[in-house]
Parts: sequence; structure tokens; C-alpha cells
Amino acid sequence: MKQLIDDGRPIFVQIAERIEDDIIEGVLLEEAQVPSTNQFAAFYKINPATAAKGVNLLVDEGILYKKRGIGMFVASGARVKAMEKRKELFFEQYVVTMIQEAEKLGITTDQLTEMIRRGEKR
Amino acid sequence: MKNVIEISQLEKAYGTFKAVQNVSLSIEENKIYGLLGRNGAGKTTLMNMITAQIFPTSGVLKVYGEDPYENAKVLNQICFIKEGQKYPDHFRVIDVLEVSNELFPNWDDAFSRSLIKDFNLPLKRKIKKLSRGMLSTVGIIIGLASRAPLTIFDEPYLGLDAVARGLFYDRLMEDYAEHPRTIILSTHLIDEVSKLLEHILVINDGQLFIDQDADSLRGMAYTVTGNAQKVEAFLAGKETVHREPFGGLLSATVLQSNNHLERQQAAANGLDVTSVSLQQLIVHLTTKKSDQKGESV
Repeated sequence: MKQLIDDGRPIFVQIAERIEDDIIEGVLLEEAQVPSTNQFAAFYKINPATAAKGVNLLVDEGILYKKRGIGMFVASGARVKAMEKRKELFFEQYVVTMIQEAEKLGITTDQLTEMIRRGEKR
Repeated sequence: MKNVIEISQLEKAYGTFKAVQNVSLSIEENKIYGLLGRNGAGKTTLMNMITAQIFPTSGVLKVYGEDPYENAKVLNQICFIKEGQKYPDHFRVIDVLEVSNELFPNWDDAFSRSLIKDFNLPLKRKIKKLSRGMLSTVGIIIGLASRAPLTIFDEPYLGLDAVARGLFYDRLMEDYAEHPRTIILSTHLIDEVSKLLEHILVINDGQLFIDQDADSLRGMAYTVTGNAQKVEAFLAGKETVHREPFGGLLSATVLQSNNHLERQQAAANGLDVTSVSLQQLIVHLTTKKSDQKGESV
């Protein structure tokens, strides 16, 4: 888990993203228990209600589910679901900005593809 | 959710000067509120009315559904830690804590003792021999250990160092998680506390200026920086709260509209997009308000 929360974006969204990251990276496995709202609050030093809002966002999306009286768990199939969601974001956040920066520097599409290939080998 | 405080059209006037005017708000149970605003904005006046230290000039003020003035049932549930709280000079720290123990029905003595240890407070020392920061620590310990259903801190950390302030936030959050209660925290150190707050109230010139969920404020604005002409073109039709020219560059803080792709568009136009912290946002919004007023006069 990363520290530091960006104060310029809703914190509950950032909490949801961090949990998704952990699921995608395999830190949190499917059917594993997720830390409690109070544990998130203590770790990130945020309001527990805000942490709960982030967790509930993932419950609504079917990535986490609640076992009454026990806690929150990672749903089966959560990893694929989270990755699909991120692929959309990847295009907007990385691909689009990369192309813009490339245009600014006068890099052609062919050169860009070449660069991506070169990057893969590393 | 239950409302702990209900205020409608509240006003406090001193002669012709209105310290608080036309304030209507409600405080929900078990949330942490940040009461923010510039010096002299009316925050303390508002808190003094809520805790029945002074009378409102007009308007409705209900705390736990009742008028708080000389109302033991209501006042027993409140702990108000004032900025520069005074204690009898000849009291020792331990005497102050023992009186507090008698005063607050929910007082947790074990918790107060662990706080004294955390903050390194000398129990036997006389109040008048304490440093400014230590005096603030006494208030903080009382505010926390009282576990009052409605706890109000008015700029509680005069003279308190960064380590002690951090300790205060940590203990507050830990205890709040275990014993939820309504907390109003008035402070100028917005960046330090913003993550702890669930709801933000900003008072400006005696009036309620912002009454919003902290997280919805966080996404409210962003800053674009770049070539002045490009920035101006991007700003067309958008609400700007702050602008800062720098050579041929312009940096402008814009309120987010309903268009979610706005930031990407700015980036696509070659502008730098950065997020705006809660503190910056509130500073921009409150200064903008007074500027506008200046123009109209």
C-alpha cells in the first residue's frame, strides 16, 4: 500500500483506487479479507466515514462484498473486473497524453511505435 | 441521520456590527466538521452561541432539539475547548483533570492518563508555570478524554509544535473510530486536518459561505497553467476563481463544470493541469469573495 493521499481529489475515490491496485497486483487475493474501515482510516489518517465510502464504491461495483458481521472480502472475478476498468483509464491517462506529447516533440506515429517496441525489450 | 444542532437565520449583532448574520445550517450526529474561515469571520461567535456562552440577537438555535441556554441536559453533552482556555492559576494540572472528571459524564480516566503520558505533561506542575503549548495540551486532553457527544475545539493548538499536533490528530481519529461522536474543529491549519474532516463549513464576513461534504469540495477545482493566450482560450465560458500571470504564462484556478473530460481537454491543448488542495481552494474562494465586494463598493 502506498502512503500519501492527494488532497486535490476526492479521498474516497483514491481509497477505492488503492484497493483496486492491491487486487490487480495480487497483494489482495480473491476471497481474501480487506482491512476494515477503521484500519484504512488509521493507516491513511483519514476520516473513517470517507474510508467507508471508498469501500462501498467497490461493493457497488461488485469488486468487494460484505460478509455480515465479519467484514469485507474480495469478490471472485474481482481482478478481471478491476483490470477492465483500468484499461479504459489507461487509454485516457497514458495513451492519449503520450500521443499529445509525441506530437509536441514532432515524433511520428512510426517512430512512436518503434519506441514502444524498444521499451518492451527492456 | 439525526441532527445535533439546528440553526436557522441566526444573527449576532454588536451595535450596528453583525458578527454573525443569516446563518442557517444543521450539524449531523457523529460526523467531524471543519469550521473554517479567516480571522474575525465569526467562527468563535458562532461557537459561543452554540455553547450558550452568549445570546443570539435573533434566529433559531437548537442543540439536541432544545434551547441550550442554562439547559443542563444540553450542556452536559457538550465539551467546548476554547482558544486560549483559562484555568485557575493556583490549580495544578492534576486538579484541572480531576475537576474535568467530575464535570463530564463520559470522562474516561484511563484514556486521560494515557494522553498525559503521550504528551509528556507534568501532572504536579501549576497551571501558571506551564508553557503556552503545554496549556494547549491540557485543553486537548480534556477535549479528548471528555468523550462528550458534542465536542468543539476552537483553534485548540496555540503554541503547540508539529509533533504534538500530529499526536492530537492521531489520538482524535483513533478514539473517534472507537467512540463516534460529533466533533467541530475550528482551525486555520486546513491542510493539516483536511483528511480528517467529513464536512466543511466556511464562514466569511459573518455569513455561511460553504456548507459541503469535504470530498465533493476536493474535486471542485483544478489549476491550468500554460501560454497565456491558450489558457485564456480555454477559460472562455468557465468560472475562474484565481488567476496569476507570470511572464507570458498564466496560471488559473477553474471550477469544475459538469464536463468530466474538461481536464483532459486542457491537457490536450498543451496546458499543465494540477489539482487544488482544500486549503488553496478555500483561500481562493474567500479572497475572491472579498475582492468582488471591494469592486462593488
